[in-house]
Amino acid sequence: MAFRLKLVPTTTNIDFFRWQWLTFGSSIVTTLASIACVAILGLNFGVDFKGGTTIRTESTSPVDVGLYRQALDPLALGDVTITEVTDPTFAADQHVAQVRIGAREGEEAVTPEVMLEVEAALKAVDPAITFPSVESVGPKVSGELIQKAVLSVILASLGIGAYVWLRFEWQFAVGTVASLAHDVIVTVGVFSLFQLKFDLTIVAALLTILGYSVNDTVVIFDRLRENLAKYKTMPLREMMNLTANETLSRTVMTATTTLIALTALIIFGGDVIRGFVFAMLFGVIIGTYSTLYVAKNIVLMLGVDRGDKPKKKATPPEYANIDA
Amino acid sequence: MTPTATWKRILILAICAWGLLAAMPNAFYSRVELHNDAVAAIDKADGIATPEQQAAKALWPSWLPSSIMPLGLDLRGGAHLLARVEVSDVYKARMEALWPEARDALRDRRDQVGAVRRAPSPDGTLRVTISNPEAMPVALEAVRTLATPVISLAGAGHNDIDIAADGADIVIQLSDAEKTATDDRTMQQSLEIIRNRVDQAGTREPTILRQGSDRILIEVPGIGSAAELKSLIGTTAKLTFNRVINSTTDAGANPGARNLLLPAKDQPGLYYIIEEVPVVTGEELVDAQPSFDQNGKPAVSFRFDGAGARKFGDYTAANIGTPFAIVLDNQVISAPVIQSHIPGGSGIITGSFTVEESTELAVLLRAGALPAGMEFLEERTIGPELGADSIAAGKLAAIIGMIAVVTYMVLSYGLFGWFANIALAANVLLIVAILSSIGATLTLPGIAGIVLTMGMAVDANVLIFERIREELRSGQPPGRAAESGFDRAFSAIFDSNVTGLLTALIMFWIGSGPVRGFAVTMTIGILTSLFTSVYVTRLVVEIWLNRRRPKTILV
Repeated sequence: MAFRLKLVPTTTNIDFFRWQWLTFGSSIVTTLASIACVAILGLNFGVDFKGGTTIRTESTSPVDVGLYRQALDPLALGDVTITEVTDPTFAADQHVAQVRIGAREGEEAVTPEVMLEVEAALKAVDPAITFPSVESVGPKVSGELIQKAVLSVILASLGIGAYVWLRFEWQFAVGTVASLAHDVIVTVGVFSLFQLKFDLTIVAALLTILGYSVNDTVVIFDRLRENLAKYKTMPLREMMNLTANETLSRTVMTATTTLIALTALIIFGGDVIRGFVFAMLFGVIIGTYSTLYVAKNIVLMLGVDRGDKPKKKATPPEYANIDA
Repeated sequence: MTPTATWKRILILAICAWGLLAAMPNAFYSRVELHNDAVAAIDKADGIATPEQQAAKALWPSWLPSSIMPLGLDLRGGAHLLARVEVSDVYKARMEALWPEARDALRDRRDQVGAVRRAPSPDGTLRVTISNPEAMPVALEAVRTLATPVISLAGAGHNDIDIAADGADIVIQLSDAEKTATDDRTMQQSLEIIRNRVDQAGTREPTILRQGSDRILIEVPGIGSAAELKSLIGTTAKLTFNRVINSTTDAGANPGARNLLLPAKDQPGLYYIIEEVPVVTGEELVDAQPSFDQNGKPAVSFRFDGAGARKFGDYTAANIGTPFAIVLDNQVISAPVIQSHIPGGSGIITGSFTVEESTELAVLLRAGALPAGMEFLEERTIGPELGADSIAAGKLAAIIGMIAVVTYMVLSYGLFGWFANIALAANVLLIVAILSSIGATLTLPGIAGIVLTMGMAVDANVLIFERIREELRSGQPPGRAAESGFDRAFSAIFDSNVTGLLTALIMFWIGSGPVRGFAVTMTIGILTSLFTSVYVTRLVVEIWLNRRRPKTILV
């Protein structure tokens, strides 16, 4: 017998509802906690959403945040944050920092004169400094981008819900949308908790998480639909467990390959897209969890109309042909 | 397994072969790029090639496909700008131009309307006071003769100006239909001029797009910084030649009615009082070239068109010995004294230019003046080194990710894992091939999209293989188990891909730049993975089963 790597035994019989109040309850608590976290701590918006300018600096000599700050203070730029960026992919003499200047009242973008002043001030501190990227977004555009981002996530969830409704039953659609909302809210909550930079690429990651999580959910629902037709009398709860166990191997397998690819990206992909990849990595894990523990629970709670449909098909309307 | 129809087999193999061929140029990126640049340059020069261009062209055989994925700004470096065109500038200019006409029209009825005076009004409206308010109907009628029908599909049946009476005032402004039509013209002109200016600067593949009603997105790879790009396109470059009334050192001097007080560009503290209506404008220029004056200092020589040359000739003939001002963007560049009649319609602008300045000015003058000012809402600069770092990091991550996924698939499914890996390889080739041939830009999130697709693309195969395992366990013979594995997994594969496409499309809609690049690779990845993991794997499995006819299979 040839070797097979199996993360999940051939046949499993896990009762996914055994701890349902614990798992479902903790999902609700995490979701609420995430909302509270965003409400209290807020999000560390990047310039895309907040407006302002970020300047990436790179130098062969080490970054001294204090010196940079001293150099920029006389320019009276208002809200300035300076952070050092460290990354395992950097060369030994590659020292990167991020300077963020808040948007100023009534100004759409930093003027070229101000940029020159900033660059000159930093050059005075460290002559070897270069500016590999400068990004500046005006408050007008950043406001629109927030709106668009929120709208896109809502639209995507509703669009997916509508599709699931069309292909399955409304209970499945409710379960799917609820688990999607759970995934997105908890991911955003983590970004809030650790104050990770939240910008447009993170929204793209959220949308990808939606796509991944629904993919996972739909596969189980598809099998559930098949089983509903196959086992007419089996209780719904038992059938859901059967379905989840039947597809468990695939669920774990796909999550693992995706995580492998994402791990390669997060380690070797560089710091520019690390936030984006982190959001996806976290989202894949939470998406897999929510498929098993959120979407199904909701469908179970709502119940599924069983047997009605085939019956309707089987018995023709009694008086259908009376006037014909 | 039921064998796939021959035409289907040929089609599947043909698509894969095309993928290999069309993806290949990307493996020789810099070579093909040089080749393409040379071909474009030779084309531009009507087939005349320099030896270097010949050599560059020979780097890549011309019978092979030569489309490569254009790299996005985040990978190549360059500048990105989002500008808002102040379309209402044009309304103001229109109203300014209307005032003399309205005055003349009312003057003809002076006996009835009395004295005519311009009253202060906000930009974009013209307010005229008449001293005999009772003659308002006559005045309105006189002004109405100035209105012309709007020339646009949506605005048909409307006049270009709205005229209303307000006490003793006549209030004139552009009608909504005319505003819409004007906005459209302003945007078209701005786009055209920006395109001209960026092209003159000679960078590769700039993107210049209109966004919404009054915005323009400009992406120029390879340019040093957004500030540089801004100075290239943001200058209005409005050139006029005006009569000089006087010069003064008093910044607060009153220029008098219909005159302007403008600073001299190179002499701080010196101001000129000039007549507001120009003698000739830059719009009447046909050519401008950087050159040198008699003293060997950088200058710009120019030539007027017929009408401009005539006006310039007449003016110089009549005003020998008086100074006239060359005004660029509300600064007097120079105010030479007219030495003689200049009949040919050509001349030279001298100032204390550097060679770069005179070159830039000539470019700006050739491309024409922007019809309205611009405000920059968003600007991004990415240095080429950062882009190169990102490419290197993305490549490394892609290669390692691919090796890891391939290994994992083989460990999990053995021979069938290899079948899935063949499909995976075909998938990556097809993504690259399609991106190259539609010219979709590759961005850093786009690379992430490809790596992620590798992880997710095997999902369809996983679904199929797990299904085959189940069928085998239920005692089906290999052929039938494989067959029903493919058939039964299809509905789940289809549903999950449709929802994936849905999110990718929404991402494309909201996203700009890099996010859009990610959405594009994801959309293409979903479509190609559907093809490769279902059809390609099926074909491979089928060929293997029908050749070997194994009694038992192990998935």
